[in-house]
Amino acid sequence: MKDYEVIIGLEVHAELSTNTKMYCNCSTEFGADPNTHCCPICTGMPGVLPVLNKKVVEYATKAGLATNCEISRFSKQDRKNYFYPDLPKAYQTSQYDLPLCIGGHLDINVNGEQKRIGITRIHIEEDAGKLIHDAYTGDTLVDMNRCAVPLIEIVSEPDIRSADEAVAYMQTLKSILEYLDVCDCKMQEGSLRCDVNLSVRPRGQKEFGTRTETKNLNSFKAIHNSIEFEIKRQIEEVENGGKIYQETRRWDDAKGIGYAMRTKEDAHDYRYFPEPDLAPIVLSEEYIQNLKDNLPEMPHIKKERYMKDFDLPEYDADILTSSIKTAKFFEEANDICNNPKAVSNWIMGDFTRMLNEKEIEIDESKVTAQNLAELISLIDKGTISSKIAKQVFEDMFETGENAKDIVEKKGLVQMSDEGAIKEIVQKVVDANPQSIADYKAGKDRAIGFLVGQIMKETKGKANPQIVNKLLLEIINK
Amino acid sequence: MSISKDEVKHIANLSKLNLTDEELEKYTNELSDIVDMANELSNIDVEGVKPTAHILDIQNVFREDIQQPSYDRELILKNAPSKDAGCVSVPKVVE
Ligand SMILES: [Zn+2]
Repeated sequence: MKDYEVIIGLEVHAELSTNTKMYCNCSTEFGADPNTHCCPICTGMPGVLPVLNKKVVEYATKAGLATNCEISRFSKQDRKNYFYPDLPKAYQTSQYDLPLCIGGHLDINVNGEQKRIGITRIHIEEDAGKLIHDAYTGDTLVDMNRCAVPLIEIVSEPDIRSADEAVAYMQTLKSILEYLDVCDCKMQEGSLRCDVNLSVRPRGQKEFGTRTETKNLNSFKAIHNSIEFEIKRQIEEVENGGKIYQETRRWDDAKGIGYAMRTKEDAHDYRYFPEPDLAPIVLSEEYIQNLKDNLPEMPHIKKERYMKDFDLPEYDADILTSSIKTAKFFEEANDICNNPKAVSNWIMGDFTRMLNEKEIEIDESKVTAQNLAELISLIDKGTISSKIAKQVFEDMFETGENAKDIVEKKGLVQMSDEGAIKEIVQKVVDANPQSIADYKAGKDRAIGFLVGQIMKETKGKANPQIVNKLLLEIINK
Repeated sequence: MSISKDEVKHIANLSKLNLTDEELEKYTNELSDIVDMANELSNIDVEGVKPTAHILDIQNVFREDIQQPSYDRELILKNAPSKDAGCVSVPKVVE
């Protein structure tokens, strides 16, 4: 088999987190009863006049600035023919030849290596409604709540070469949009999703192969797996002397397979035409400069600051800053307990594991930043051992109670009273003469066994440093 | 003919129209005349004239992002020929 090069470009759709839709005052809230967030404008009634939401321009401009794009001083909107029941206007208002943002780039990290991915353009457009299959009647039901919810479409250059790079690009973009607070990025709700354009060519060949487009991928896993599938499919096809057709494809995440959509070829004859109801968008230098000056600290800058200010390893800083929610949690907790490495360890360790098990995000957890900070302070002060702390944290996670209350209620305060510990150490030493003999014969492992027995006697509460000290004192006597 | 029969067929198809042979003949002639007429505009010297993005001399017509009540669902669905479960019901859409 020849060596193939994979060429991927991503079209990412991000729903903007405005209160209202793109051209009317209807709510954009997710999950409402069907067709209760609708008016004549967003349902495409004849004779209505759409007016652009100011925030849409602001949010899209911010996204452009954060991805190093040139912001158009003059842009306009166009209509794209689209004959499908989820968009009752029969055209989608989008941008054709004069998009809001042009020519940016993003730096991604894949396996420790940095790579720059070009961004062709970012334009604003409206979302379509939702189609529900009615199993009873066999008809299709149209819910127009999502019609005209504002979107930005971020189109990358064909610079992506693998599934891993595509996922890294999407993760970087997600984190930037979250930092900007312009999209809630809930992929499972479809507010961030992407189309993958993919082709393969034998390495060294200059011309691109024919590309396919896999639509509407809304999880990192789906992006990764659909790309791997499509690469394999295309290479096998070419190797077997077959032909790749330019087609739109779907990904069935449950079955793990991609398939071509049965659409007519002319469905892609978009025939853009001017949008006469909407005025051109003209942005002043001051407007753009003001947004630029007020951009929040971006993930890669924050990461460097964490490494410098908190003396954290790159690995930690990378994970803590990849999501704005995690970064906020970290900063809030550290402000209280002033122990960055401990906060970082907790977040990256047990906490993340438990969040993943529950499939919730850090801001949905019952554990607040203050709770975690208090727990860390209890360890730092020697009130509880780190072993007990793990147990306390499990309780905090389940109940949302604060660490102090749990420690008091369950009597988990660390034993640091040397007299009391000494009694128990003596008791364990007396009960295990064989271990003492082993130790004296040079078997250091015997110590570990004895410490274990002591901790068991004290239900894990004995201060381990004191236990070690006293144990050695007694058996070396 | 500045527009071919095939092009008219294609446009009719995109517009979900079924044309008879006579209609195809007729519309090809009529559309050609319209295109010819529009083509005359390219004879005008537009040197130094900025492209028109909008027929009115306006820009930046925006609204504030303030939510207002939507319409009652009954009202929104009133014109729909068929409805079910609070939705417009349409013939099955196959992907
Ligand atoms: Zn509306």
